[in-house]
Amino acid sequence: MTPSSSLDTAGAAPHGEHHDHHPNYLVDGTTIKSWLLTVDHKRIGLMFLFWVLLFFLVGGIFALLIRIELLTPGPTIMDAMTYNRTFTLHGLVMIFLFMIPAIPAVFGNFMLPLMLGAKDVAFPRLNLASLYIYLAGAVIALWGMLNGGLDTGWTFYTPYSTHTTTTVAPVLFGAFIIGFSSIATGINFIVTCHTMRAPGITWFKMPLFVWAIYATSCIQVLATPVIGLLLVLVTVENLFSFGMFDPARGGDPVLFQHLFWFYSHPAVYIMVLPAFGVMSEVVSTFSRKNIFGYRAVAYSSLGIAFVGFFAWGHHMFVSGQSTFDAGVFGVLTMLVGVFTAIKVFNWIGTVYKGAVDFKTPFAYFCGFLFFTVFGGMTGIALGTVSLDVPWHDTYFVVAHFHFIMVGATIMAFLAALHYWFPKMFGRTYHEGWGLVSAALIILGFNATFIPQFLLGNNGMPRRYYDYPERFQALNVASTAGASLLAFGFIIIALYLAYALVYGKAAGKNPWRSKGYEWQSESPPPTHNFVGPQPTFPEEPHFYVDPKKAEVPDAV
Amino acid sequence: MQSSAHTAEGAAPVPRLAAHFASLEVQTHAARLGMWLFLATEILLFAGLFVCYGCYRFLYPEAWAEGSRSLNLMMGTVNTVVLITSSLTAALAVHYAREGKNKMVGIMFALTLLMAIGFLVIKYFEYHHKFEIGTLPGRYYTYEGMQQPGIALYFTVYFCSTALHAFHVLIGMGVLTVAMIRAFTKADFGPNNYTMVELGSMYWHLVDLVWIFLFPMLYLV
Ligand code: HEM
Ligand SMILES: [Cu+2]
Repeated sequence: MTPSSSLDTAGAAPHGEHHDHHPNYLVDGTTIKSWLLTVDHKRIGLMFLFWVLLFFLVGGIFALLIRIELLTPGPTIMDAMTYNRTFTLHGLVMIFLFMIPAIPAVFGNFMLPLMLGAKDVAFPRLNLASLYIYLAGAVIALWGMLNGGLDTGWTFYTPYSTHTTTTVAPVLFGAFIIGFSSIATGINFIVTCHTMRAPGITWFKMPLFVWAIYATSCIQVLATPVIGLLLVLVTVENLFSFGMFDPARGGDPVLFQHLFWFYSHPAVYIMVLPAFGVMSEVVSTFSRKNIFGYRAVAYSSLGIAFVGFFAWGHHMFVSGQSTFDAGVFGVLTMLVGVFTAIKVFNWIGTVYKGAVDFKTPFAYFCGFLFFTVFGGMTGIALGTVSLDVPWHDTYFVVAHFHFIMVGATIMAFLAALHYWFPKMFGRTYHEGWGLVSAALIILGFNATFIPQFLLGNNGMPRRYYDYPERFQALNVASTAGASLLAFGFIIIALYLAYALVYGKAAGKNPWRSKGYEWQSESPPPTHNFVGPQPTFPEEPHFYVDPKKAEVPDAV
Repeated sequence: MQSSAHTAEGAAPVPRLAAHFASLEVQTHAARLGMWLFLATEILLFAGLFVCYGCYRFLYPEAWAEGSRSLNLMMGTVNTVVLITSSLTAALAVHYAREGKNKMVGIMFALTLLMAIGFLVIKYFEYHHKFEIGTLPGRYYTYEGMQQPGIALYFTVYFCSTALHAFHVLIGMGVLTVAMIRAFTKADFGPNNYTMVELGSMYWHLVDLVWIFLFPMLYLV
């Protein structure tokens, strides 16, 4: 294939007349079976989107129940045991069923092959299997939660989790199964990046979203088996008292914590790295500028993935760790901050002197920047041993990880949803409503979690059902913020649902983006590109002059 | 066996290329890379147990010494030899698959499976003995002969890791059985088309490898 002929395929030229012969992936097969048994990465991505949103709703409802319970001191709407089960259910659903799969399984699945000029992921059937494994795990875990419930919190700390009379086994087993889904997705993406890149896409021409997903997949593959084993051991221990982590039988609960955080610290990057990837795409498209410091952004994803494995001890500063260990973990924790800061500076550098197009995804980018910086800074503070000791297990930690996980990741999830909505469904939504709800959500987040920083700093411990009078005002503020947040989500659900049915046709590239995925139709045909395999001679974020709209087939 | 792959088993096997791959080499490369990654996750799974082993060995050195002495070294050694030999036959299966000698592939896998069964039988006797005298994990530990602190934990680690390994033996047997049946009935492995045999025996090597770690850890030191 000569470069010039491939340019044609990649660009706009000959697609009009082919149109009818290549139905888009949404209508290519309309039976239920054609969806349930599909191996098309785009359909699998959409099905993941459906489930992930459903679980987000479930987790969100439980979040509101928690906030309502904490509206007043003492019992408000539930008893203490129900409260324990509620926050455990909330945490589990949000982390294992929403946060971890949200961006990789939905947008990674949908966009990765498009961005690599591939027809599909490397193992399409494994991809479908990972959806069903995820659902099977979810069903088992939720069944356990409803039949007896679990009151350990999402961290399952031993020895409590091995002795509690609530149903530990099915929930942990469900989480274990979900882990396989995560591993399968990770392997699939890594192999796809290695073997499916279209001619011309070298490693350093891969879009930054692909880089982020690649780094995430590495973490998933390396960390998940360890927690898998740990979940099995705790289950066995809970059922049969083998004593592996039970101090009464000579076992060591701190060992549990080490193994747990060895996974769960990197897991927080499983949640946030894809978010960084989304934002790199969004910021470049809406500033109409090549991403500043492309390589630095790509490498820093790998850097975060790497040092993320050595920072787990910062969750255990108060577990009897030696001062030396605590110091080492503290320093390694700061290193993560350095890599994150590299990204932040590069995004800002990208916006600088760009021709900013302030659309909904860009509004989320602004919120994202704030949450990442604020959440990250509080992380640095927590990584300082002397500060972490009083803050540990208070609402300060809750606020920190919600700022960065919920704040940054949800911003990215919503940005991705709005940015790629036209690509995925071929329709546009109402921009005004998009901006209004983005504003509501960003406000809502701040109103929910800033009071929690203050609560923690004043000494309110996390996971407590009751609190003294003097904490009430801040708790009320937090609950009010959560309601605002919920309201924002309802608006989004409404106008996006409306857009799905009545939205205007989006056209191929409504944002006039240079991202590779926009060179396909919207929605893309089943095998992603019409004609022979495309090649992409230009870099993915290559805008020559931001002030000029020089993308050929703007709509 | 005849030397030419094509005359030995009839027509040359037709390789299958999935629609989304550019070429057969890429497809094979992808399959191999995927398998390597998967094997890495398997090793990490066991690595978690190795960490537990290391910590508790450090905490309870006497219990570890005595527990390990109480195991049946003879049975362990025989099992190690059996498993290593089975890895050899699995590797030979790949060799024959490349030459298109499907019957030999089937025979080699059959031998591997026989040895796997042998391994499990020996393991059964070892387990059985422990159930009898009561050297069991955690609260089931009833043996009077050894009483150091941490001894029950030794058997917790012993049972968890050998059981997890035995479970992998079973999965490996399943995979090899499928490959064996395909070699015997469809005879479709050949120079371009032996990925399944290759990946199956890679998995088997992993099972072997894990045992090679477990054996010295549990029986020798
Ligand atoms: C970038 C995304 C991040 C996410 C998603 C995240 C998430 C979390 C979560 C979930 C927890 C609480 C775990 C629990 O006990 O339930 C936590 C705690 C912590 N995080 Fe982060 N974090 C992030 C970034 C950072 C950074 C950049 C730092 C430091 C540079 C940091 C330092 C800490 C520390 C020290 C704790 C332990 C606090 C304590 O338990 O006392 N985090 N984080
Ligand atoms: Cu951490």
